[in-house]
Amino acid sequence: MDFEALGLMAGIEIHQQLDTREKLFCRCPTRLRRFEEHSGEFFRYLRATESELGEIDRAAREEMKNLRRFCYYTYDTTCLVENDEEPPAPLNDEAMSVVLLIGKMFGMTPVPQIHVMRKLVIDGSNTSGFQRTALAAVDGSLPNGGSIETICLEEEAAQRVEGEIFSLDRLGIPLVEITTSPCMHTPGEVQEMAEYLGMVLRSTGMVKRGLGTIRQDINISIRDGARVEIKGVQELDLIAEVVKREVQRQQSLLALREELKRRNAGVEQKAIDVTAVFSRSASGILKKAPCILAVLLPGFSGLIGREIQQGRRLGSELSDYAKKCGVGGLFHTDELPAYGVTADEVTELRRAVGARSEDGVVIVSGTREKAGCAVRQVILRAEAAFVGVPEETRKMLEGGSTAYMRPLPGAARMYPETDVLPVTVDPSRWEGIAIPELLSAKADRFEKAYDLDPSVARQLAFSSDPAFFEHLVQDGIPANLAARTLTATLKELSREGLDTSILVEGEAENPQSRRTPVILPIVKVLRDVNEGTIAKEAIPDVFRAILQGTTPDDAVAQFSSNLSVEDLKALIRKIVEERTPFVRERGTGALGPLMGVVMKEVRGSVDGKLVSETLRSEIQRVLNP
Amino acid sequence: MTAFSPGDRVACTIGSSPRRGTYITDRDGMAVVKLDSGYNIGVPSYACTLMESPGLPEPAAITVEQDESLPLLSIISTGGTIASRIDYRTGAVTSQFDAADILRAIPGLQSIAHYRTRKLTTILSENMTPSIWQALARAVYDEIRNGARGVIVTHGTDTLAYSAAALSFMVDTPVPVILVGSQRSADRPSSDNVMNALCSASAAVSDLGEVAVVMHETTSDDRCAIHRGTRVRKMHTSRRDAFGSLGIAPIGYVDYPSLSVFLSPDAVSRGQAEPGLHDRLEERCGLLSFYPGMHPSVLDAFSGYRGLVLAGTGLGHISTTLIPAIKDLIDSGTLVAMTSQCLHGRVCDRVYDTGRDLLRIGVVEGEDMLPETALVKMMWVLGNVPDPERAKERMQADCKGEYTPRSMHGL
Repeated sequence: MDFEALGLMAGIEIHQQLDTREKLFCRCPTRLRRFEEHSGEFFRYLRATESELGEIDRAAREEMKNLRRFCYYTYDTTCLVENDEEPPAPLNDEAMSVVLLIGKMFGMTPVPQIHVMRKLVIDGSNTSGFQRTALAAVDGSLPNGGSIETICLEEEAAQRVEGEIFSLDRLGIPLVEITTSPCMHTPGEVQEMAEYLGMVLRSTGMVKRGLGTIRQDINISIRDGARVEIKGVQELDLIAEVVKREVQRQQSLLALREELKRRNAGVEQKAIDVTAVFSRSASGILKKAPCILAVLLPGFSGLIGREIQQGRRLGSELSDYAKKCGVGGLFHTDELPAYGVTADEVTELRRAVGARSEDGVVIVSGTREKAGCAVRQVILRAEAAFVGVPEETRKMLEGGSTAYMRPLPGAARMYPETDVLPVTVDPSRWEGIAIPELLSAKADRFEKAYDLDPSVARQLAFSSDPAFFEHLVQDGIPANLAARTLTATLKELSREGLDTSILVEGEAENPQSRRTPVILPIVKVLRDVNEGTIAKEAIPDVFRAILQGTTPDDAVAQFSSNLSVEDLKALIRKIVEERTPFVRERGTGALGPLMGVVMKEVRGSVDGKLVSETLRSEIQRVLNP
Repeated sequence: MTAFSPGDRVACTIGSSPRRGTYITDRDGMAVVKLDSGYNIGVPSYACTLMESPGLPEPAAITVEQDESLPLLSIISTGGTIASRIDYRTGAVTSQFDAADILRAIPGLQSIAHYRTRKLTTILSENMTPSIWQALARAVYDEIRNGARGVIVTHGTDTLAYSAAALSFMVDTPVPVILVGSQRSADRPSSDNVMNALCSASAAVSDLGEVAVVMHETTSDDRCAIHRGTRVRKMHTSRRDAFGSLGIAPIGYVDYPSLSVFLSPDAVSRGQAEPGLHDRLEERCGLLSFYPGMHPSVLDAFSGYRGLVLAGTGLGHISTTLIPAIKDLIDSGTLVAMTSQCLHGRVCDRVYDTGRDLLRIGVVEGEDMLPETALVKMMWVLGNVPDPERAKERMQADCKGEYTPRSMHGL
């Protein structure tokens, strides 16, 4: 597909949780909890309110179609602010510093006086019914020549447990929102840019890591299409696929529009009650339904069932709209007879609404009120098919296709958070922000300065604590040894199911502690290797012993080489002499197998280099006596 | 100050490109501009240029349709959080809605009753005064006389309990007189204003016949409690369920969203009383909370007062060093009553020497009255009963459920 020719324009909105000590508007820790740890629950109803201009946002109106009851889990790590029972504390200054730092890294201009706003969100994910957000900086630049439009500091929403139950542990964690201009033109470019933005964010060392701590929303449009925002793409690897599929969907919708025009199709505005048609239906849903309403879509036959995206049809879109009214879904004539609906019932349905063979019919069932609401939604979406692509917020489905969530929100959903005072960004504060090294630059530097393999250098630079590697090197540990231990040895032990954090963090993990810091086990072991007390081959065994509870001192002693060089030479000579026929037969090729024998004998506690040198000279002695 | 007016369209330069927005106000030397994205930012006014001055848009006017076959309720608004909206000039939440705006903001009200609305004042309740209580009592009495099946008073929550007590004493009512407020601002989708207002309307058409406060019973949106006007107190600064009945159980509940009303047998029923208005108040009354080390000169401030309620410690005590000053006040004609900072329980000045000394100099035991209720009652008693001895007796007699002869277990 030639995406540029299609006029693909895509922008990214990244949401990244910040790793601050406290939440954005209260002094609770930014710690996620297991749902079963919740200490209490309460429930609320939310309802859209008028903005300062007397308007109700169209996205909020949509969420309100159903008055919904939301349940919230509380924890001993949440407080009345999350419960919307106490005014917010002043904006967390640590979070503000991180956002300003990120802004400066992208070459942005800070907003002189930052105002916190209330963004209307009544899907239940915010107890208050709004999300607090503040525009912090504008106009940054990107490597592809594109730009970052804005960077905002926001509070994270509550996490959905299931259905309409939410967990308050996540609510209020500081979040940075970065919005790029629609400056990307191919799916690959979007994915690369998302990776780049994530790398810059991680370079601050102040963002949370792990699944769910970063989410990408993608804005996509093609020529003649419309702007569609796809929410919550968590897997970076799927971004290009999501973009591709949305382009495909918009193309399909545009083709559908042309077909509808060609057929001179239309949308009947009046719903017809067809409850009686299904009074004896084998479809349980329809038989039990208090009310079934039908919409006639002249000229739509075959198009409602047409695939517009992998696993998605026009019918899926109509269904998504209808579901907003609380109905379970809908049936349409392109898929009937099926689901217990017989051919006779379909004929009867067509007759009842006066459908010709080229027409489509959609039916919805539920209470009269819900079915009526659903029918209006179906009509709304069917009419949008004549425009082509409706402006929508969509959510990602597994695999990269998407489903309709709500219309794109308008500006009316924002109004001032009057309980939080504005924050003025002092020019000297901005000047004083020191920009950290980008992780990509760090990887290059590691590679060159320490003569590391590029992939190892990258692993170290992108690890959760790249400074630790340099700390080890400054401590006198050879770079290669430090790198291999951090990237390979620890990983192997983790794979064995061992928790290696004690090795690199130590047990006294109290940052406020004024005691002299204990030497970390990894530092001690590597120092001992460097000083020749133990062989580097013994490192995994020493670590295993420490992880099983042995003190670092004892573990090192246990595996330290107690053979003198003379003893070692004698041992090797003995081993070689015992295997003279083998050595004669294999020649210098005996080195490898004998290496194994020696190392097993000394339990890995001597330097392999010394062993191989000694072994080689002993073998030579046998071969050339 | 900038030359812009609220509502002006401006372009402000920040970063590499000018951004369009609407000028809102000045704040700490910056022009606050609402960008077209919806965000407000503060920028130096020299960074902004005027594009046009269309003025602020008027809020959309919606007419409220009413079903006149439903009972008539009267809504009297005094301001407070149940009726607030955002002020463009300050960016703050202020009390601005009148009663018609409340009907508009809470659509479900129309299916409970039809309404006559009356705006008495638009104040935050900390600015309430005894003279506004009097105006409120007269307004409530007028509404009852003019056929209201119930009266709803919207009120800020800070002094709502004082007003409830004041109305309890000043108005004899055959119909429910319900005071209601909200703890979380009415502009937020989670506000308690909707549920509190709907529950208060249900209580107002119920079989109740007294002054009551209807507010959230728990932090959830599950039911409201109906509190007797003389036994209710705000017990939390911010929670929805801040209001509690002290010394008695709530006199009823309203379930949400069913809006079913349950009244306790102790509630006064509709039609028990003839409408009456006793609206005289003696404003020269005070309430003093004792603290250890309080200097006797503090009491000088109440010299010339006709009444003083003391909120003492424990069973109703103040330090013995204050007794001569109290005696001076009483001797000069001030009625002094003792209540307790404990809020829960009954005053008894016959147990310890200090208490016996207080009784000897003429201090009246306030029994189990709440200090604030006792203050309002004292204003009302002294306003209506000229004879000092009879006034003293009246302070110790139950008028509107403020005094209970038996302290119930478990409350």
